[in-house]
Amino acid sequence: MMQTLLLLASRSAWSRKGSLLLLLLSVITSTCLLLGIDLARQSAKASFSNAVAGTDLIVGAQTSPVSLLLYSVFRIGQATRNVPYAEFERLEQDPRVKSALPIALGDSYRGFAVVGTKAAYFDSFLYGARQNLQFAQGRAFENYSVGKPAAVLFEAVLGAEVAARLKHTVGDKIALSHGMQIQQTEPSHANKPFMVVGVLKPTGTPVDQSVHISLAGMEAIHVDWAAGVPVPGADIPAEYVTKFDLQPKSVTAVLLALNNRAGVFRMQRELESRPGVALSAILPGVALSSLWLTVGLVERVLLFVAALVALVSALGLTSVMLVTLGQRRRELAVLRSTGAGPRAVFGLLCLESALVMWVGVALGVVVLGLASAALAPWVQAQFGLQLVGLNELGEGLMAVTAFAAFGSLLGLVPAWQAYRNQLQDGLNPKMN
Amino acid sequence: MTSTVLQCENLVFKYASSGFELRMSGFCMKAGDTVFLEGDSGSGKSTLLNLMAGVLTPQTGHVALMGKNLNTLSPGQCDALRVNHVGFLFQQFNLLSYLSVLDNVTLPCKFSKRRKHNAVQAAGSVEQAAVQLLNALGMGNCLQQSVSTLSVGQQQRVAAARALIGKPDLIIADEPTSALDAGHQALFVELLLAQAAQQNTAVLLVSHDPELARYCARREHMNCWNAGATT
Repeated sequence: MMQTLLLLASRSAWSRKGSLLLLLLSVITSTCLLLGIDLARQSAKASFSNAVAGTDLIVGAQTSPVSLLLYSVFRIGQATRNVPYAEFERLEQDPRVKSALPIALGDSYRGFAVVGTKAAYFDSFLYGARQNLQFAQGRAFENYSVGKPAAVLFEAVLGAEVAARLKHTVGDKIALSHGMQIQQTEPSHANKPFMVVGVLKPTGTPVDQSVHISLAGMEAIHVDWAAGVPVPGADIPAEYVTKFDLQPKSVTAVLLALNNRAGVFRMQRELESRPGVALSAILPGVALSSLWLTVGLVERVLLFVAALVALVSALGLTSVMLVTLGQRRRELAVLRSTGAGPRAVFGLLCLESALVMWVGVALGVVVLGLASAALAPWVQAQFGLQLVGLNELGEGLMAVTAFAAFGSLLGLVPAWQAYRNQLQDGLNPKMN
Repeated sequence: MTSTVLQCENLVFKYASSGFELRMSGFCMKAGDTVFLEGDSGSGKSTLLNLMAGVLTPQTGHVALMGKNLNTLSPGQCDALRVNHVGFLFQQFNLLSYLSVLDNVTLPCKFSKRRKHNAVQAAGSVEQAAVQLLNALGMGNCLQQSVSTLSVGQQQRVAAARALIGKPDLIIADEPTSALDAGHQALFVELLLAQAAQQNTAVLLVSHDPELARYCARREHMNCWNAGATT
């Protein structure tokens, strides 16, 4: 009996494939939308957590935890104040600290952030599942010390995406710009070009979109600058900068990894109450949670819109089924005269709605899966976002399952209508 | 003694909306009977057939199918009884356009175990039974064809095969030839009745065409019963 109904439902549906295909498309689209939003959300979360996976504390000038996290790790927004270099050195020598990585921001290269740091960054920075950075080409830059040639100062290591997007390889010369302006006629640090000495492998973190130079190099390009603008008439050629004091004065933030993570709260309290300097020390995980809390509203609005779209498509299916009932009276009468009782017809119509919903949702999941697999490299290159697998979209998959169940449930309405029609029509409805 | 297939007694049915009233004192069909029922349009033929099928319930009197009073059965039981014992054949549009000829014919066996059982006993399998009937009705060469490619006459034969399959006790044929041209009407009725006779299925042939009466053993007229018709 069930088998017969299933056969009849699928054959009948196939005979009306034109309109049902459109309905199926709307169900597929809604499914993709629901899942896609969840995919973007989960990928963003995974990506953000990956970027700070190896960092126990982020230390910066006193500011809000979220903004410190955003500018120090994600290069979003700007620091208003810096951490004195002496503080960094103190942290570096603290016995509880496993690694202290300085981050000095403020310059850019064709839209990508320039990060001033130390060579240790390439050994100690951990991301994702506590992975080390790896070089696709070349090597790390050298730490500068007095007596080394000026060329050592002007070495740069590119993140994977910077190199890929701008087609740079080891040996290329790049000219940095002051500030974060993307459109600039002339790179403001054109007089002191850097040489690419290494290119990193992709990490799916903001490292991919960064240009890494040494802190001394960062000092060097600013020797003839004061208060954020070039000093008029003081154009010091690159080869003479070694004559100046290239000792960094400050850094934007310090990424700390501790020997014993259990001491992180104590360390945080200690840093924030240090007399003389106003520092903020944040736990990246905590800051991320409060960031998600902030963007949670946007997230909810997006999900709400997706849910509305899903609702509309389920209602569309129901109303089309109701409208076509009129055209199908003859078909349903034939079924009844050959022995399909009103209950069987009820079942038939329920099945048909359910079939469109579940097939549509299943196809939607497949489509989104294929699309995310196909677009993953592009999304990675364009947004630096590593898409998570569909198996990690627990909530999204639950939402689309609920969507299919809801649509199937709405299918009871036309089925009930058909049931009532059948009782009224008898075996051979008069049609003109 | 042959069993009674259909028995109607003292039926009164009145539509609340139109005031149309149908009255019928008594009507009986035994196994293998062939009855020609004539009546002008509007004389209440469809109402009578719906009463006989248990789709409508009379205000007074009762309809018994295979000795069971339809009015006392639940709708589900009534549906089951009907598909087990009655094959239907209407004027037109008897077939499902999305099924093949063969699948259309075997449809009643999907809903009725009894009809399926009968078909298997008669021919070995439901499909075989359908093929045999279609052959007998001259439709053996289009088993897998889509029904939408058939002429109206061919469609009626397929519908006849479906009404006959699984040896129901009664076939109710409501104007089955009205859509056919004159030359084919007699032939169609002959074929239908011959197959019905072979499996001892009673046939109630409803038509406004008196020409067809001669193929049936008995002839009844709606007007003789329907004294209360007001329109």
